Amino acid sequence: MPAPLSRLLQGLAVLGAIALVVVLPTYLELFTLMQMTLFAAMGVLALSLGFIWGFGGILSFGQTAFFGLGGYTYAVAAINFGDSTNAILLAILFPALFAAALGYFVFYGRISEVYLGVITLTVTLILFNVVNSTAGDAYTIGQARLGGFNGIPSVPTFNAPYTPDAVLTPEAGWWVTGGALIAVYLLMRLLLASPFGRIAVAVRENETRAALLGYDPRLIKLGVFMVGGAVAGLAGALYVNWGAFVGPTIFSLSLSAEIIIWITVGGLGTLIGPVVGCVLIQFLNAKIGSQQAFNSNLVLGVILVGFVLLLPRGIVPTLRDALAGLGRRTGPRRAPASARTQIAGAE
Amino acid sequence: MDLSLIIALDVVNGASSLFLLCLGLAIIFGMMKIINLAHGEFVMLGAYATVISANAGLNIWIAMLVVAPLSVGLVGLVIERCLIRFLYGRLVDSMLATWGLSLCLIGLVTTIFGNTINGVPTPLGGFQLGAYRSSWYTIFLLAMAVLMMALVYGVLRFTRFGLVARAVMLNPGMAATLGVNPAKVYMATFGIGAAVTGLAGGLLAPVSGITPVMGTAFVAKCFITVVGGGAAIISGTLSAAGLFGFVNQLGAFLTTPVYGEVILFLSAILLIRLLPQGISGRFFKGTL
Amino acid sequence: MDPLVPLLKTEHLTMRFGGVVANDDVSFTLGEMELRCLIGPNGAGKSTFFKMLTGQLTPTSGTIAFRGQPVTGLQSHQIARLGIGIKTQVPNVFNGLSVRENIWLSARRKTTPKFTKPLVDEILEKIRLTHLAGATVGQLSHGQRQWVEIGTVLAGDPELILLDEPAAGMTDEETHRTAEIIREINQTRAIVVVEHDMAFIKMIARTVTVFHQGRIMMEDGIDAVLADRRVRDVYLGKKVAA
Repeated sequence: MPAPLSRLLQGLAVLGAIALVVVLPTYLELFTLMQMTLFAAMGVLALSLGFIWGFGGILSFGQTAFFGLGGYTYAVAAINFGDSTNAILLAILFPALFAAALGYFVFYGRISEVYLGVITLTVTLILFNVVNSTAGDAYTIGQARLGGFNGIPSVPTFNAPYTPDAVLTPEAGWWVTGGALIAVYLLMRLLLASPFGRIAVAVRENETRAALLGYDPRLIKLGVFMVGGAVAGLAGALYVNWGAFVGPTIFSLSLSAEIIIWITVGGLGTLIGPVVGCVLIQFLNAKIGSQQAFNSNLVLGVILVGFVLLLPRGIVPTLRDALAGLGRRTGPRRAPASARTQIAGAE
Repeated sequence: MDLSLIIALDVVNGASSLFLLCLGLAIIFGMMKIINLAHGEFVMLGAYATVISANAGLNIWIAMLVVAPLSVGLVGLVIERCLIRFLYGRLVDSMLATWGLSLCLIGLVTTIFGNTINGVPTPLGGFQLGAYRSSWYTIFLLAMAVLMMALVYGVLRFTRFGLVARAVMLNPGMAATLGVNPAKVYMATFGIGAAVTGLAGGLLAPVSGITPVMGTAFVAKCFITVVGGGAAIISGTLSAAGLFGFVNQLGAFLTTPVYGEVILFLSAILLIRLLPQGISGRFFKGTL
Repeated sequence: MDPLVPLLKTEHLTMRFGGVVANDDVSFTLGEMELRCLIGPNGAGKSTFFKMLTGQLTPTSGTIAFRGQPVTGLQSHQIARLGIGIKTQVPNVFNGLSVRENIWLSARRKTTPKFTKPLVDEILEKIRLTHLAGATVGQLSHGQRQWVEIGTVLAGDPELILLDEPAAGMTDEETHRTAEIIREINQTRAIVVVEHDMAFIKMIARTVTVFHQGRIMMEDGIDAVLADRRVRDVYLGKKVAA
């Protein structure tokens, strides 16, 4: 597909998505709308790992660490401030800082891929264990009781910026969450087109060469990791707003695993893939949850194994290449240079 | 005096359980550079095999020491043929696929046996140590850990299979030119790793809560122990299991069991940061 | 620039891997604008030497100074920013990116956005890959990837260029072109070239340093080196005799 046409189509798709977010409440029942809100919040979480894994080459087995920290930060801050605006900002900032500290520890220690997985997984377990054991009055931050394994019930939901009395309706909550998903996607697109994004991809491709050209791979990875932490934190706040509740299971390893499944299914190295995978799997989960014939673990497991063995690149890249192949057959006229690219790419 | 003895026993018990749990993972990781994230579910299957056959009237010792390793070893062979063999040299994919496998096994066991199952009583009874009580089974686990260590060492060091396996581990291409079929060695290695893990599940069945998701509690701990230990199967796993078991039990004694676990994880992170090649990569280079 | 301070100076540089000594007491001096060739049999320590110069390895002992400034123990990216560029022995490029993107990544670090594109175009022209600018580097031939790597090094505009076997895997015509480019950049930059191909060395060399078993065996003009008996014995031997 020629670049301008492709760009036009992408622009139209984004506009379509915005329109969908705006009009959806008119057509959906409240229950379905709430479900869509959850999907969108999880979509933001999917983007956070899709970004650091697909474009930074950083596979985190514990992306829920930042998700959970964002959720708890939002809950504690919202209870204390009585206003959600700064609580959301803190829920982005604090996980980003935590990612900075953890990333410094990992990347500046030249720790390899597998070990990075071990460390992120371990940190998630630590957070789960610690938060799980914060039952009792001793664990109170300001007016917020952490509540241990019971979690924090009745967390204030979003209100209009700096006006605590104007609590958002579920429809407005959907607009904020769906809007956040689109905004995060667009910001990531911009970031990837910027020099920082291009250098990040270069570091993923070949760390040694990037260093020999004068880029510090550790710093670049740290930046990518922080972006992932911030976005996961935002997802946490959106998720807590959705349920008005946060508990230690937000740090669960099974959720961490599920994010990885979303991305494997949707397609690593794309931004739209993780969101597609996330929505598909969540939809499937909801369907399985409403009947008894299949166990959801079994289905998820089969899907993950199936994709790794049969479609390791995921849905979106496979579809995209199929479409590009179709375009090549129907459109023979093209400049020699790009023809070379196409041929080279098809080999 | 009695107190310090009982604490020492706890520490040794923690370390030997951890060693038993990790040995199978370490064999598979050390030999094949595959991280088996379904490891915890192999433990779970071993425990289920033991409990089911014991509840069906089989002698508990036979259930633990024979049925568990054999059945899980067979499952391991089937899984290697159907899944793992397509993923050699693809570290991340193998982690993803085995994670998927772990979900499948949890789902399968839940579907067949439901969420709970009757456990088996701890055999052997207890003994008195001054004012404290301990169980003989703790001592038995320690003995089993020592026995398994000796067995694996003996096989790797003194048998033809051990030599071939070590050769394949060092250089599969070279070993193939000498007439060894690496695929067969990998298959056998994976089966043995699974059997050893099944044995650990059987041995721990009497002292653990048995549910389909029990494996998830083990996999992270085993994962960090094996990685913390480094590439050497025995010296690495032994030193890491010893260190982490010690830290865990001591932390649990000084604070609470939850923080004991947290301290274990923190020390593991620190260890990996300080010794990226694991303990054996630094201190026991070239050992088994 | 103080003419008395050499561009590059190493003193007693030693690198040990366990019991193996890859470089032993290497003291090497390179002047501004010099073109130096390093030769020596496989395992003589030439690539290890380059890796130490670019921070990929930290020497066991000894020092490296670039224009009088100590760079021993600095990270690769820090050394690269001081102005040392390297083409490594095995093509070391961003395989998943296009030729243009590879060059751009190097070019943008030192230029303002406005001048990046003209510079990239100029480099593409110089390495004769303009027609393949959009191609994915991983799909190119070995020789072409060598060119891409040379292009990324040139685009970074380093003060000192290290080339590890630049002509390996190239056709005769490509080899001639490489020699031409090396002479051209040597008008303004210092270059150190490691090469096995003696025909290629003869095309470009003035001063030659011979490595043998991790040490510098001799350093002299090309003709003197080719005439030296010891050099013939350890390395050239049959090739020259034939």
